[in-house]
Order: sequence, then structure tokens, then C-alpha cells
Amino acid sequence: MNKKDIKNIEKEMKLANEGLTEKERTLFSDARPSKVDLQNKYFEKFFNWARSQSLWFLGYGTGCGAIELRPLMTSRFDIFRYGIAPRPSPRQSSVFIIGGYASIKTIKRIVRSYEQMQGPKFVIALGSCTINGGMYYDSYYTINRLDHYIPVDIYVAGCMPRPEALIAGFQKLKKMIIAGKCDGMNKYAENFDWYKKNQKKIIKDWNMPDYNW
Amino acid sequence: MKDILTNLEQNFAVSNIEKKRDDLYFINVEKKQIISVLTYLKDYAEFTHLAFLQAVDRIEENQFQLTYMLYSFQHKTNFAVRVLIKRDNAEMISIHKLWKHAWQYQRELKEMFGINFPDSPRVDESFVLEGWEEMPPMRRDFDTLEYSTKTFYQRPGRSTNDPKKYMEKKLYKDFAKSPVIARKDG
Repeated sequence: MNKKDIKNIEKEMKLANEGLTEKERTLFSDARPSKVDLQNKYFEKFFNWARSQSLWFLGYGTGCGAIELRPLMTSRFDIFRYGIAPRPSPRQSSVFIIGGYASIKTIKRIVRSYEQMQGPKFVIALGSCTINGGMYYDSYYTINRLDHYIPVDIYVAGCMPRPEALIAGFQKLKKMIIAGKCDGMNKYAENFDWYKKNQKKIIKDWNMPDYNW
Repeated sequence: MKDILTNLEQNFAVSNIEKKRDDLYFINVEKKQIISVLTYLKDYAEFTHLAFLQAVDRIEENQFQLTYMLYSFQHKTNFAVRVLIKRDNAEMISIHKLWKHAWQYQRELKEMFGINFPDSPRVDESFVLEGWEEMPPMRRDFDTLEYSTKTFYQRPGRSTNDPKKYMEKKLYKDFAKSPVIARKDG
């Protein structure tokens, strides 16, 4: 492939990296996320217990791991025993399960959904693809480490992990929430520029608002 | 089926007629004659269904091989039409007027291989890759590992096993010496 050819292709595939139009900009908040301070120590303990008892996760399948969520929700494994339920909207959910590999196209939606979730919010990364790329470590369009783009609270290793492993992950997450160790939201707010830099490095056509909640 | 093949041989510059199975035929066609051959197959030989259109990068011969896979519900037969085109400034005649849905395959080939299809609708829009800046990734001179290490963040401590060495070391010592492995076709 000669240089002229590459140049031609580049010309034809020009990027629309200009963000939103003027009209759409007014629809979104332009405030950065801010750190939420802890309440009274004893209240916070009670809140943490309450949070751990009703984990609602976002029913968004981002990869092959989403296939494990169906038996989890239905009668075979019945996740509702633990007070965990799927929700259709990011605004109603507190847990985000990243099911396996995430392509750049999906990362864009993941970031947007994550930012729209209301705090406190937790992330479970499922499968080895989210840890170090898994079998897609040399792929041109799937990310290798998820924790460079959104904060991750707990990893469930495996390719694919069984629903039992996911239940074990939820139990571990509950313990961590009760112990007050899951503050991914504050981590995201503190290192916001670093996360945005990493996201913008791979998402070349950034046509969404910088701060979108 | 015989009539169709003889008809093709008599009327078009067709080569390499192969019968792979009872219900699978392959032919090679010149680039110029692709529209007429496909029109003949669609309108006269009742191969009405375009199952897929895909490309293979033959970098050693500096060629792309396009395969048009047709299916006939009357003959219950698959029919593959292969075309070889040049790899530099690759360009092919669009067939979206024969099968409407072909535009989607052509758009994918434009993005993944950089094969241009002039006049095909929406061929310049991105299909899977949003905001892709490099050369088309399915071309074989695109090094995905290099691009991946450059773009994404590697987690240190990753180790891999060469399957053959691992098998020799651990599991099937006798099997590794067996002729199946030695022939390197397994």
C-alpha cells in the first residue's frame, strides 16, 4: 500500500471531532463531577449497609459476558434472593456490570452510561478481557485495561465466569460496601482529567458532551 | 446445473470451475464481466439470494479476492463467484442495483479493506470503527499487536504459553511426537 493510497483513505475518512452542536450544548450540564464528602460516621455505616442490601444493576450487555446475566436474573440462579435486580436505565441503577471485552465503540457508551448513573455507583468487571485484554490483547479495537477508563471496584476473573462466580463477586462487593471501601465515584471525580485524557486518547470522534449527567 | 455451467463457459470469460460439493460450486470471473455474470445467474439461473460478499487479502500476489456467494432456493445450491482485483487503489463495481442489501457489505469492505465501491450508497460512512485514523485494519500489512501496544494500556505480568511447547512439557509427551504434529497440518 503506497503513501498516496493511505492519504486518500485518510482524506475520505475525515473525523468529526468537534463535539456537540451549539443547540445541543445547552441540553447538558457543564459542571464537573465533585467529590462527595462522608456524612456522620455512624449514619454512613447505616447508609452503607442499606446500599449493600439493594444493588440494582444496569441491564446493559457490553460483550459476550452479558449472556451470563440471563440465567442470573431468571429462576435458575435467581439473583433477586440477594436483593439484586436488573434495571433498564442508568439513572435507576447503582451497579454497572461490564460483561467482557469492550470495543472502543462500546467504551463510548459505557462512559456515557457510567456518568449518567447516580452515586454511589459501583462497577463489576466481568471476565479476563477487562483485566488485561484476555484473548483480545492484540486486537486493534478492544481495550486492554478497563480501569484506565472508568474506576473498577471488583473483578471477576474467568473466560467466561459462571453465574456462581458472579454471585460470589456480588457477595464480595457487598462486604466491601459495608466496609466503606467502594468509593469509585470519588476516585473518578478526583482523577477526572486523567480519565478524560485516557478516554479521549482512544475515542477519536468525541461527539458527546465532556460532562454528561 | 450442467446447463448453467456450460452456458457460463460459452458466453462469459469464466475460469477455474470447481465443484466442491454436490451443492457448492466455485467459478472465477473477470472484473469487467461481474455484472453480466451475476445478472445472468440472478435472472436466468434462479440464483436469487446473495448470501454474502467478502474479501480475502492475497498480499503475496498483490491482489484482493472478492467472493460473491449466491444461493438458489430452486436448485438448493450455493454458487460462489470469485473475482481477483488489484490491491493498489482497489476499486470494484458496485452491485447494489442487483441486490439492494449489497450496499452494507460494500460499506464494510470499504472500511475493513479499503476497497472502494463508487456510487454505492452510504459507502463512506463508518460501519463498526468509529473515528478510525489508521489504514484499514483487515489488510494484512496492518500490525494489530503493534497498534494495540501503542494505543491501549498493557497490564504488566501477562504471560503466554506456546501451545506446542506446553504440550510437550506437560501433557501429551507421546502425542507431541506423533506424525500429526510433525506434519504441521494439525
